[in-house]
Amino acid sequence: MDLKEWFASRQKRRDNPEVKQPLTTEEYCALWTQCFQCRELLYTRDLRGNLFVCPKCQYHFRISALDRIEQMVDEESFQELDAGLCSADPLQFVDTDPYPKRQEEATRKSGLKEAVVTGVGKILGRTAAIGVMDFGHFGGSMGSVVGEKVARLIEHAQKNKLPLIIISSSGGARMQEGILSLMQMAKTSSVLKSFSDAGLLYISVLTEPTYGGVTASFAMLGDLIIAEPGARIGFAGRRVIEQTIRQKLPADFQTAEYLFKHGQVDMVVERVKLAEVLAHLIDFHSGKRGDKVQTTQASGVKTSASRA
Amino acid sequence: MANNDRKPVPLEFEQPLLALAAQIETVEKQLADNPDIEEDLTRLHEQYELLRRSLYAKLRPIDHLAIARHPQRPYTRDYFERWDPNWLELHGDRKGADDPAMVTGLVQLAGHKLVAVGTQKGRSLKDKQACNFGMPQPEGYRKALRAFHHAQKFGLPVVTLIDTPGAYPGMTAEEHNQSEAIAINLLELAGLTVPVVAVVTGEGGSGGALAIGVANRVLMLEHAVYSTISPEGCASILWRSADKVSEACQAMKMTAREIFHLGVSDEVIEEPLGGAHHDYALTANNVAAAVARHLDDLCKLTPAQVRSARQSKFRRMGSMQDAH
Repeated sequence: MDLKEWFASRQKRRDNPEVKQPLTTEEYCALWTQCFQCRELLYTRDLRGNLFVCPKCQYHFRISALDRIEQMVDEESFQELDAGLCSADPLQFVDTDPYPKRQEEATRKSGLKEAVVTGVGKILGRTAAIGVMDFGHFGGSMGSVVGEKVARLIEHAQKNKLPLIIISSSGGARMQEGILSLMQMAKTSSVLKSFSDAGLLYISVLTEPTYGGVTASFAMLGDLIIAEPGARIGFAGRRVIEQTIRQKLPADFQTAEYLFKHGQVDMVVERVKLAEVLAHLIDFHSGKRGDKVQTTQASGVKTSASRA
Repeated sequence: MANNDRKPVPLEFEQPLLALAAQIETVEKQLADNPDIEEDLTRLHEQYELLRRSLYAKLRPIDHLAIARHPQRPYTRDYFERWDPNWLELHGDRKGADDPAMVTGLVQLAGHKLVAVGTQKGRSLKDKQACNFGMPQPEGYRKALRAFHHAQKFGLPVVTLIDTPGAYPGMTAEEHNQSEAIAINLLELAGLTVPVVAVVTGEGGSGGALAIGVANRVLMLEHAVYSTISPEGCASILWRSADKVSEACQAMKMTAREIFHLGVSDEVIEEPLGGAHHDYALTANNVAAAVARHLDDLCKLTPAQVRSARQSKFRRMGSMQDAH
């Protein structure tokens, strides 16, 4: 075999899907995940089985929107809405890279078109309109499309009288869309006003991390607000505050537990119990005014009276 | 009553103008000795006017920002005082605080009785510190919310003046839930059935500005700016460099004209040449005239129409493509 042939055969082996390929460094590293909190080295497959919660220290890892839906929503019950919506480049924004290039990069990393996935699905048998943000896509930032998808989800929920659940995870407004991204705060809040006036239930779930324009709009407007353990939630980032007030902040500043202590969230719920708690809350707030307690057999979760 | 008797402090980009003015002054001094240079002087004066006009016609975004942040720029109280010398200020959020960075009051303007709300930066150092340089605390937003509810109850239109770098980023502000204070204002403003007109008079800084900016009509002064994040913040995050502020200003499209072309504001209000700080009275009049015109317009609608018009205005905002 001459050198040319050897190269050709090597290429053929690579292109042949039936030949088992050696792991790339990236893939090899993906087998193992180190816990950010306790530094324990965890086998990724086990970690996934444990809903991406460290079995040793209960650290809740950030998870993608699709993983979240898989964990929380009943199998094959999720129907996505507005999957085709994607961003334009209204400002022709260029920083060190043009905005469209950054969008492509974000899509390549996350596999999503935008930083939120919306749809209708069942949580332990209860139908709900569900929106899940993905921090892995462009830092979960809210641009026109995220605002529009959230607004359409709320409108869909209102039209079909469904409870609304939004799992937030975002760095805030998307700077590359300038003022239009800021206006998404007004858009989503304005649509929520009609939804709320219609007497429907909105549960906001805050996950690591939720900041800026998302916290200061729909994420903080839930009738009920749930936070995941250890999630950092706030308006301004820690570094900005430290620079402004020139003091060191407490270590647990802006964590879910800190917010809970300051009366900003109703409860801090572990990931493993999230679906169960959501189902309970949906049941509690469903039915007509004055309905008496009934027990649902489907999940075994006991519901309480829905008083007016 | 605050006034602007003091000479306007020049900005950096106005330096060429200043140099020419100094030259004119020297020539003027020599005029008494040799009357034949009068012609030169007239020519210099003409040149000065020409330079002044061309300078302000070709401002860069960062120059607009400098004018919007000018320390002598008229603030909310300067407008209210000129609109209605008998205006009454209302204080407190009724929950334990009165944030001086947010001013609320009852103001009459061109026959309209209004609930007026605005951010206040403070003129003296002591005032500035009390107002956190125009950055309201959650208590300030709750004070504004109380004013909105008052307006709703008595059917009074709301006018808001916006000039803030943003909501205050502090530890107690977070503990008192700055996010919720802003979010609830967005929600409640969307639901008002009375007309709301907002004017960005200086800096429209992010969520802290929008919290009193969900209005039927959003107007901006000529040199005002409105952005999602401060240009300094944008430069440090996207360019990772503090000296890219000018680029960030340019990229974010934050000037009054650009915001107007993006469809986020409804009108650009003209300022005196060189900026609002050159003539408070004229500026206050220009703003009053524009606000009154929009209020006259909005008062023709029914309460339900006023609300749905505002909601659909913001519902339409954004730019996207549908792949399907």
